[in-house]
Amino acid sequence: MKARIEEKIWKTVLWVISFSTLAILLVILFYILSRGLKMINYGFLAETPRAMGREGGIYPAILGTVYFVILTMILAVPLGVAAAVQLTEYSRESLLVKIIRFGNESLAAVPSIVFGLFGFALFVAKLKPYTGGYSILSGSLTGTLMILPILIRATEEAIKAVPREYREASYALGATHWQTVTRIVLPAAAPGIITAVILGIGRIVGETAALLLTLGGSVLIPTSIFAPARTLALHIYLVAMEVGAMDMAFGTAAVLILTVLALNLFAYFLRRHFLSIRGAK
Amino acid sequence: MLGRRIRERFYESLLFISALISVVAVFMIALFVFLEGYPIIQKEGLGNFLLGREWRPVAGIFGIFPMIVGSLVVTLGALVLGVPVSLATAVFLAEFAPKRADMILRPGIELLAGIPSVIYGLFGMTTVVPAIRFIETHYLAHKLPPQMQSGYSVLAAAIILAIMISPTIIAISEDALRAVPRHLKEASLALGATHWQTVVKVLIPTARSGILASIILGMGRAIGETMAVIMVVGNNVLIPTSIFSPCRTLTSNIAIEAAYAAEGPHMQALFATGIVLFVIIIILNLIALRVAGREVMSR
Repeated sequence: MKARIEEKIWKTVLWVISFSTLAILLVILFYILSRGLKMINYGFLAETPRAMGREGGIYPAILGTVYFVILTMILAVPLGVAAAVQLTEYSRESLLVKIIRFGNESLAAVPSIVFGLFGFALFVAKLKPYTGGYSILSGSLTGTLMILPILIRATEEAIKAVPREYREASYALGATHWQTVTRIVLPAAAPGIITAVILGIGRIVGETAALLLTLGGSVLIPTSIFAPARTLALHIYLVAMEVGAMDMAFGTAAVLILTVLALNLFAYFLRRHFLSIRGAK
Repeated sequence: MLGRRIRERFYESLLFISALISVVAVFMIALFVFLEGYPIIQKEGLGNFLLGREWRPVAGIFGIFPMIVGSLVVTLGALVLGVPVSLATAVFLAEFAPKRADMILRPGIELLAGIPSVIYGLFGMTTVVPAIRFIETHYLAHKLPPQMQSGYSVLAAAIILAIMISPTIIAISEDALRAVPRHLKEASLALGATHWQTVVKVLIPTARSGILASIILGMGRAIGETMAVIMVVGNNVLIPTSIFSPCRTLTSNIAIEAAYAAEGPHMQALFATGIVLFVIIIILNLIALRVAGREVMSR
């Protein structure tokens, strides 16, 4: 009898604790949005910052974020998909594959600020003639390395989920290995890969520490990928810590949070949608 | 026919090069950070650099002992606050959660992992820090020296980090709990143990290596976190003596000073700080790998 009561008590405790993590999430979201949403209007989104970001809008930061994310994904997605194809379709479990996997895991564990130091030393300082020093390109090259492990892992999962029979049918029709990969496996894995890319965007859009050392933090509207810029996340840090303009920080944070929420929701429904298609067959 | 084979070969080597990039990247990162940071360690001496208590870049004195202590204390605090809650949630998700609760909790925890760290920082800076400041100035004012009454503190950083590392710990330890063979659980239930007794006496002990790995990886997260910490920890270079002390971590040392550090010894010292951070993270990951085996790590 005592054991039963004990179980009841502990189960209740687990319920309370588990939902308190959810409560923390909601508190953070509501707090940021309640202080930030009222800042958002057309001027806030379309104007350039004045007085170091104390007044005006966040248009350059929005543009900087878009450029940075697009360029990073253009660089990272082909690499990530190619690496995942190599790991899943072209290699048996050899020592080399083990080394590659270890490399991926280590890369995923490197702290963001260390990526920043590396990006600063290589892209900003050493390769300055090619990257423009502090620039969107330097930031994106750094971001590419940061996002690569996540993309590779998720793409691998998507490729592994493609049924074996698809490949066998393709080979039976006389297709080569490469043809099978490009015309059968990748299209079949595309939904999973797209979901991975969207989640990757959600991750990279909030990156800050590495960009602090590579992107330059300019408040001007970026004119090319060789120009310095700031992203929304970087803008939040700079106006909150260096200018002390908390209202602007909250407004920017609300825009960033809504972006992240939208990306996550999109990925969530995309995944459910594709799963239901596959389930219906 | 031959042309096709050559083409296949060509594609294959392209793929291979792409797959090697992450290995090359890790190697390059280690190399660059070491090359840039090594000169100052050589000049100062490793002992002086690691154990020196003074950090005065203008005077050319670089000791990062306060930052090492800062990082460790803040991380330890985050574990003390975060681990029990995370483990409880992992147990709940793995064993007790009805489907509906699972469907709400799981996306919530994923989202918690997806919130940018600078948002955690902003949140901490405007809620946790003022709350701690209130306690410090209203209830502890006569006990604490003035520099410990700003709210920016070890405690603030520990609270924010505890929230940030919980998704990692929850996900990996839940996996470990789910990986426990079914027959062990069934045997325990068949012997008349309650579900709770089975969890405590069978599941958790069996999954302990995975759980330990999750904690070590959470620790790595906490030590490596920069933006959230920088915004709540105060960043004063001093060895923390209380949870209400402000302090500076290895990561915040780099992030704060890199923006204005001149080339030469100062910048080198920041890279050297990066080396220390890098080495700590690699050691933690090797330990986690050792403890848990590959299955858990491949998440």
